[in-house]
Amino acid sequence: MQNAEEIVNGQKLFQKPEYKEVLANKKQFEGGMGAINPAKVQEVAEWTKSWDYREKNLAREAITVNPAKACQPLGAVMVALGFEDTMPYVHGSHGCVAYFRSYFTRHFKEPTPCVSDSMTEDAAVFGGLANMKDGLKNCAAVYKPKMIMVSTTCMAEVIGDDLYAFIEGAKDEDGGEFLPREYPVPFAHTPLFVGSHITGYDNMMQATMQQLTEGQEGEKKERINIIPGFETYIGSLRSVKSIVEAFGANYIMLGDHSDQWDMPAGEYHMFAGGTKIEDAKDCANSTATISLQKYATVKTMKMVQKRWKHKGGFSNPVGLKGTDEFVMKLAELTGKEVPAKLKTERGRLVDAMQDSYPYMHAKKFAIWGDPDFLIGMVSFLLEMGAEPTHVLCHNAPSGWEDEMRALLDTSPAKESLHVWAGKDLWHMRSLLFTEPVDFMIGNSYGKELMRDTGIPLIYIGFPIFDRHHLHRYSISGYDGALNLLTWITNKVLDQLDEETKGIATTDYFFDLVR
Amino acid sequence: MGPESLEAKQKAAVEEVLKAYPSKAAKNRAKHLGVGTPDDESQKTCGDVRSNKKTVPGVMSQRGCAYAGSKGVVWGPVKDMVHISHGPIGCGQYSRAGRRNYYIGTTGVDTFVTMNFSSDFQEKDIVFGGDKKLTKCFGEIDELFPLNNGITVQSECPIGLIGDDINATSKVYAKQTGKVIVPVNCEGFRGVSQSLGHHIANDTVRDYIFDGKVDTLDDAIVPTEYDVAIIGDYNIGGDAWSSRILLEEMGLRVVAQWSGDATLKEMAMTPKVKLNLLHCYRSMNYISRHMEKEFGIPWIEYNFFGPTQTIKSLRKIAAFFDESVQAKCEEVIAKYQPMVDAVINKYRPRLEGKTVMLFVGGLRPRHVIGAYEDLGMEVIGTGYEFAHDDDYKRTKEEIFRSTVIYDDVNEYELEAFVKKLQPDLVASGIKEKYVFQKMGLPYRQMHSWDYSGPYHGYDGFAIFAKDMDLAMNSPVWAHTKAPWDKEA
Repeated sequence: MQNAEEIVNGQKLFQKPEYKEVLANKKQFEGGMGAINPAKVQEVAEWTKSWDYREKNLAREAITVNPAKACQPLGAVMVALGFEDTMPYVHGSHGCVAYFRSYFTRHFKEPTPCVSDSMTEDAAVFGGLANMKDGLKNCAAVYKPKMIMVSTTCMAEVIGDDLYAFIEGAKDEDGGEFLPREYPVPFAHTPLFVGSHITGYDNMMQATMQQLTEGQEGEKKERINIIPGFETYIGSLRSVKSIVEAFGANYIMLGDHSDQWDMPAGEYHMFAGGTKIEDAKDCANSTATISLQKYATVKTMKMVQKRWKHKGGFSNPVGLKGTDEFVMKLAELTGKEVPAKLKTERGRLVDAMQDSYPYMHAKKFAIWGDPDFLIGMVSFLLEMGAEPTHVLCHNAPSGWEDEMRALLDTSPAKESLHVWAGKDLWHMRSLLFTEPVDFMIGNSYGKELMRDTGIPLIYIGFPIFDRHHLHRYSISGYDGALNLLTWITNKVLDQLDEETKGIATTDYFFDLVR
Repeated sequence: MGPESLEAKQKAAVEEVLKAYPSKAAKNRAKHLGVGTPDDESQKTCGDVRSNKKTVPGVMSQRGCAYAGSKGVVWGPVKDMVHISHGPIGCGQYSRAGRRNYYIGTTGVDTFVTMNFSSDFQEKDIVFGGDKKLTKCFGEIDELFPLNNGITVQSECPIGLIGDDINATSKVYAKQTGKVIVPVNCEGFRGVSQSLGHHIANDTVRDYIFDGKVDTLDDAIVPTEYDVAIIGDYNIGGDAWSSRILLEEMGLRVVAQWSGDATLKEMAMTPKVKLNLLHCYRSMNYISRHMEKEFGIPWIEYNFFGPTQTIKSLRKIAAFFDESVQAKCEEVIAKYQPMVDAVINKYRPRLEGKTVMLFVGGLRPRHVIGAYEDLGMEVIGTGYEFAHDDDYKRTKEEIFRSTVIYDDVNEYELEAFVKKLQPDLVASGIKEKYVFQKMGLPYRQMHSWDYSGPYHGYDGFAIFAKDMDLAMNSPVWAHTKAPWDKEA
């Protein structure tokens, strides 16, 4: 029973003897193997760690277990929240929107506005035009966004709703009361059964840039567009801007959600910051566009490079080399020297890397996440002499596996470094048991892997639900690389302390100075 | 604030809120908003609100879908079965392990609740159909997870739209292997909220577990006169465990939990109990009614939030049994009373008179009111995401004072009500949490217990009291105002 002076929650409550008894008694009714024959559970658990199991596991063709990817509209919602006063609007069932909002909110610990037009069974039969007419009008009337960005769910895609016609129809019917003709409503089809959340990001970004710039051709401006990609580190957006600003460059960041998902306490506003709509409309008139995530902007950059003939291209500013390339690209595009500020920042990073390298050198890592994130992170691990033993990308687009392989082949340990494209985290479990590593780098889904394998998890990625505030930091630029270095090195040191804290057994190595 | 002025204020707030809508939406929403007064016979439902209707498009509802009601609520917590999210990857990923359905077991070996199994539909599956892939999924699951006691198929939107026949596919595999395979047609577009998903899931329990003559692996349990089942407790943060202990202490035998920490066998055994105890009426009244009709098992609703309601419920349950149970029930009540008194004495003075606005799901918008009132807190607004008329009728009995009632409240309305009625605490879900915290308002998530709990039973009430005090009396809220800000 609780003691009013020392109330405990479930963690300790259920360890009390009376609850242990309750839980033990419950087993007689359960009929699961754990209740009938715990030894059998143990036996099967051991088998799941074997090479035999690994082979069967890797041979899976149909069922996905513990994925490390999400679906298209999630990326589209992120795009919308990176623009000034823009409401993400998902055409389809509201259940999807409840999920997108919860998912982002659990990661950022911030509100995530997004509406749906609540299509139900009748819309599945007759199409969602009526929902779009009411939905756009209500959304504009109640929340008064300056722009509404429309993406789609499975339902709308399977029944084949025509977004362009529907949006036009909604404006016609409204007659300008809430939805004037010029009211911007960029839209993109984001079928969930194609690609992943980064594909949705790409589709929505491409559609937004194309639709907003229609009829806006004007004089070219010496200006650089920066497209961050599906970036979940708020600090990274700020690091990137600070690098561009150090060059004094004229730029537009297209899709900047750094204020939206990092609002100060005090009062609540539904929208904060974001790319100015006026800027977005003018972005085709820039002379260059740099995408920071190649695989999250394939379609977008094809338009920018082929149709708009922008200079720039791709640059992934994660790690030392990645940031160097980004800085060099800016130097080239602006025709300016690398600013002293950045030279100092780089020097400090390299200094820190040289201080800490013994702890990362030759340490084996397993890592998973989005394709561009992995390119940057693996590059950084290699710069530190670490060994990324298992690199797993569930949503790997074509071309990624070869690029990652080529990157790993630059390591002296290349023979023991593996790329796993299109695999999930239950595959990863087998890999970790059969070819173990020292540390894992990944999102919260690694938590169960940490429990099952005992391998420490360094929380870097998306989503992170069970550690706080990491998303506020940067992993991009020289300052971001310093954060990566700090997190990883200190986890190595924490683990070293953990392994050496045995009193009178291992604590001779429990050094005060490391 | 006197009771009359409160009611007037509430009515004015409802009027005010409706002004922002275009006329069609205003007309619709007007029917879902009202002011309820306790035991008001003139009101058909609490506040005379209408419910279980389509959501107004475009307004940021907090509702989920039928898939969420089936996979997320009813089936997902059944621990020894594998639940396939059948369709594209998103639904299973967004709903993975977010509800805190606690269970004991070796995850990935004999229990699977926090895992995510998905058939990860690609374009070709949409075009050519996914039935063959589903069969293959069954086979792979049985090979890699041999201790699973069955598989459910949780349909996502495309399944019903592309004409897949998961029922036939499941039947064939079940016949070939003798396994329990439960196809659930809970596509997200069905119905207007989670609620239809609950109903559909209940029906599949009936069809595939009760009528399916499930082989329960182990020897059947010999029934006793004191067997009961806990129905509609999802063991969030361990709620069913802190409920179960009280029932056992009063001499009852809890044979099954539906569906937090549940097993297939527990569910299959339930038609042999003497009484079904229904906590979440909304999500599991269907199967309770079915068991009453089909097996003659009576069911009663109970409420284990807060000591007043817990005591009332314990006595109501005991009254169904013999004097030995009734005597033990009084012993249980007496045993916990000193602890409850100590908790209330400690926290009530710190919480007395504070006002609360709630917005939650199934049973909590009415069931937790008593727990707040036990602490001296006053609930002045409440509403449900997906309730029906019968829930709002029941709400009339649980409110203490004039209360704003908002059905399927959306982000704009809830914010407006909070700004006008200025509660001291808002208690709702994750999507709303940070909106109110930004305003400097204490907030508690009432779906997940904000990663604390359990809140059910006596031991749970102590945690509830401590958590409400934590939220209300933390020094962090006072920091919102900077020293250089002038007094308003």
